[in-house]
Amino acid sequence: MEITMTKVKDKKSIDLDKVEQQSSTDGAKIAIKDVKVWYGDFMAIKGIDMNIKPNTVTAFIGPSGCGKSTFLRLFNRMNDYVDGFKMEGKIKLNGTNIYKKKVNVEELRKEVGMVFQKPNPFPKSIFENVAYGLKIQGIKDKKFINERVEKALKQADLWDEVKDNLKKSALALSGGQQQRLCIARTLAVEPSIILMDEPTSALDPISTAKIEDLIFELKEKYTIVIVTHNMQQASRISDYTAFFYLGELIEFDKTKTIFTNPEKQQTENYITGRFG
Amino acid sequence: MNSIQKNRLKDQLFKIWGIACTLFGLVLLTVFIGDILIDGIRRIDWAFITDLPSRKAEKSGIYTALMGSIWILILTTIISFPIGVAAGVYLEEYSKKNRLSALLEINISNLAGVPSIIYGLLGLEVFVRIMSLGASVLAGALTLSLLILPIIIVATREAIKAVPKSIRDASYALGASKWQTIWNQVLPASGGGILTGVILALSRAVGETAPLIVVGALAYVPFAPSNPMDEFSVLPIQIFNWISRPQHGFIENAAAAIIILLLITFVMNGIAVYFRNKWQKKWK
Repeated sequence: MEITMTKVKDKKSIDLDKVEQQSSTDGAKIAIKDVKVWYGDFMAIKGIDMNIKPNTVTAFIGPSGCGKSTFLRLFNRMNDYVDGFKMEGKIKLNGTNIYKKKVNVEELRKEVGMVFQKPNPFPKSIFENVAYGLKIQGIKDKKFINERVEKALKQADLWDEVKDNLKKSALALSGGQQQRLCIARTLAVEPSIILMDEPTSALDPISTAKIEDLIFELKEKYTIVIVTHNMQQASRISDYTAFFYLGELIEFDKTKTIFTNPEKQQTENYITGRFG
Repeated sequence: MNSIQKNRLKDQLFKIWGIACTLFGLVLLTVFIGDILIDGIRRIDWAFITDLPSRKAEKSGIYTALMGSIWILILTTIISFPIGVAAGVYLEEYSKKNRLSALLEINISNLAGVPSIIYGLLGLEVFVRIMSLGASVLAGALTLSLLILPIIIVATREAIKAVPKSIRDASYALGASKWQTIWNQVLPASGGGILTGVILALSRAVGETAPLIVVGALAYVPFAPSNPMDEFSVLPIQIFNWISRPQHGFIENAAAAIIILLLITFVMNGIAVYFRNKWQKKWK
């Protein structure tokens, strides 16, 4: 496993690949240590360690019910409201455990944005959708909000399509546009991490391609973690891939390795479509 | 006859039965309204609305009762709307789902079914006697507020339940607090349903007679109330009073007052429907 690599002291003797892996543990954006999750009596996550590097795209794959969405939602504490949710272990974001008592969940979510499976714009205008995250922070400076909204819509590659109709209801947009609006809404808050829970599963292939292009561009500035059921998507867009099964992390490695030369038989069976 | 034909026949029979049932209600309502209109429509003029009550039927008006009803309506709204909506929001959004909240839920639903005269007795004891508000508009409005609170709470909860979870998720994920999410997303989204519930509850309050009689509303008040502590009458009590008089003139008055009361409830229900449709359009 990668973690053992960090214990190598003699730097001259290790190759470039190992240097990269060493930094993955030290400079991890998100460091997950022995995390277990229960819903009532049901154990959904059975002890997972993982380090997610900054400015990478990490894909979570695995059959339905394997715990990948639950795991993703730990990073912005969206499971907190679920009845019977209980969690053990540590998740460190930039070195701070986000499950400490003192942590302000609202602040955390400004740092860790989320895009959901189905586009879920607010039933308000396009502008208000993007400005919402800023307004709830108490920002009233109109010029500042206008600039941020424009920037976010440009980043989400939606500006040209909506710039003349910012007052129009967001619900009048197509599904793909709505999802890009949801991404813009997340970007407007300027998080450093973006979580995506099957963001293209409700979209047609063309809209999906646009979102994938977008993810590719966004990783320059953001750390992206994406849950997907689409193997091709995972292999196209991600740098790292994690395979989950029945609440356990079976394998986590570079996407290329996972898809060409996986270590575990289970992983190979899944990505080749023999089960799941 | 094979089974498909049999099913079709059953389908037809049920349809006819359904139409008959619907017509039964409609016919009764039409006969009732027609009868009232024939008796009362000639009596309605501006003077009927602005005149004070009198011993002579043809000189009597509904001014004091109408003003009493409006006072009651406004005060009841001011009292019951914030309390009912806040209680509904609390129960739906904040209270933990346990046995106590289940018990509370059943009780609130039960309260909606308690006969209104019981509320009158409660109002008489608590507001009129213990709080010594006397037979005032305020005591009446407080009593009616108790009566319609369960309806408002249930309506508020249903409306809030109908707000999709995805909207809350989106709001939380952007860093909104619970209150910000409720205030900026949940309440605007459920506003139509809440308003509909409140207006329907209020239109019930306007038609209530029994609890107000118990609280001490008078059948004859020479002046319209000018502050919340004044004595008062309301339209249903005025109608009740006129109907119990032997002279034919008063029967006409009663019919005319019923038309006005029906008009008020009709307009209120209309507003409720309008809000519901407007909100639904915005949301779908």
